[in-house]
Amino acid sequence: MSVYPYIVVAWLLGVGLYGVISSRNYIHLIMCLTVMQASTYVLLLAIGYRTGAKAPIFADIPEHSRVVDPIVQALTLTDVVVEATVVALLLALAVQAHKRYGTTDPDAMVRMRE
Amino acid sequence: MNALLVVLLTLVALAGTVTVLIREPARQAIAVGIFGLLLALTFFVLQAPDVALSEIVVGSVALPAMLFLAIAKVREQKADTDHEGQES
Amino acid sequence: MTRPRMIIGCLAVLVLVGGFAWGATGLHPFGTGHSRYGNHLAHSTVPQRAATNSVVVTAFDYRAFDTVGEEFILFISVVGVVVLLRAIRGDADDRPEDELVPEQRRISEASRWLGAALVGPLTVLAAYVVVHGQLTPGGGFQGGVILMAGLAAIFLGGEYLLLLRLRRSATVPQLADAGGAAGFVMIGFGGLIGTGVFLQNFLPNGSQGSLLSGGMIPLANISVGIEVAGALLMVLSELLDQRLLGSQ
Repeated sequence: MSVYPYIVVAWLLGVGLYGVISSRNYIHLIMCLTVMQASTYVLLLAIGYRTGAKAPIFADIPEHSRVVDPIVQALTLTDVVVEATVVALLLALAVQAHKRYGTTDPDAMVRMRE
Repeated sequence: MNALLVVLLTLVALAGTVTVLIREPARQAIAVGIFGLLLALTFFVLQAPDVALSEIVVGSVALPAMLFLAIAKVREQKADTDHEGQES
Repeated sequence: MTRPRMIIGCLAVLVLVGGFAWGATGLHPFGTGHSRYGNHLAHSTVPQRAATNSVVVTAFDYRAFDTVGEEFILFISVVGVVVLLRAIRGDADDRPEDELVPEQRRISEASRWLGAALVGPLTVLAAYVVVHGQLTPGGGFQGGVILMAGLAAIFLGGEYLLLLRLRRSATVPQLADAGGAAGFVMIGFGGLIGTGVFLQNFLPNGSQGSLLSGGMIPLANISVGIEVAGALLMVLSELLDQRLLGSQ
C-alpha cells in the first residue's frame, strides 16, 4: 500500500492529459489542466509525509515533536493560489479566441485558419 | 497509511476522472469545485492545513467563479454572433 | 478530434505516465519522508523567529525569494488577463450607468441583504487569517482570496454597478495589486539595507505567540494578501459581462 498515493498521482496526470488531448472545447481543456496540476500537489505532499508525524505548526505541540516536511507544503501553498490566476489568463485567451473565430473547438479553429 | 487516506485518495482519483469526462463546461465547473474540496480534505489528512486552506478558498470560491463568468461570456458572444447571422 | 492526434497523444500519455511510474520506484515508500533540510527548517522556526507556523516561515522568510517569483507570476498573469480582455470589450459593455440602474432593481431583496450581510464578516475573517499567518494555518495567500470573496459578495447582492465602477476607474484593485507586489520587494530591500542581504529578516522577532512575532513575516503576509485580493478582484471584474444581468 505504500505506493498507492503515487499511483493516484500517475492516474490524475494521465487522465488530465487524456482530457487535454481529446478536448473539443478550450474551457473544458483548461479544467483538465487543473486536474493535471492537482497531481503535482498530491505528489509533493505525499513525498513530505511521515507516518504518525504532526503538521509543522508548533502553536500547540511541543517544540521537538516529529513533524512532516514544511518545504513541500510552502511550495504547494503558493502554487495553489498562483494557479488560479494562471487559469484566469488561460480563460481570457479562450474568450479572446472565441471572439475572433466564433468557436472554442480547437479543431474547428484550425480548419478556419486554413 | 490509514484507511481514511486510502478512501480520500480513491475519491480524489474518481472525482478527477469524472471532471475530465464531463464534456459540458458549466457542469464541469461544479465537478471542479467538488474535486477541489476532496483535494482539500486529502491535504488535511496529509497534515498540511495551510495548503488545505488555500485549496478550499481557491477550489471552491475563486476557480468556479472565474469559470462561470468565462462560460457566460462565451455564451453571450455566441448569442451575439447568432443574432447578427439572422439579420444579414 | 483527428485520428493521428489521438494516437500520438495516447502514446505521449503512456510514455509520460510510464516514465513517472519508473521514477516513482526510486522514491522512498510513502510515509517515510526524511528530508534533513525540511527537518532543520521545521525545528529552527521557533528558536530563530519566534513564529509557530513553520510553513509560512519557510515560504515568507527562509525561501522568500521563491515566493517573490511566484508572486510575480501572479502579477504578470493578471496583467495578461487585463490586456486580453480590454482589447475585445465591446460597445455593449460601456453603456452609461443610468441605463443599468433599473436592471439592478431586478435582484430580489433577500439576495441583496444576504450579499450585504456577508461583506463584513468575510472581510474580518480575511484580516484574521492574514495577520495570524505566522502563528496558525493561514497567511497572505489564503486571506487574500477570502478578502476577494468578501468584496465579490457585493456583486452577489446585485450591487454590480459598484464592480463596474471599479472596473471603469480600475484604480483600487490595480493599486492593490501593484502596491502589494511592490510591498514585498520593498521588504526585501529593507533586508538589504538593514542586514546587507536581500529579503533577510531585519525586524525584531518579538515574543512567541504574539501578533507581532516573526520579524518581517506579518508585513510580508499583509502585502501578499493585498496583492492577491486586488489581482483576483481585477480578474473577476474584467470577466464580468454587463449583459449577464441585463434583460433577457
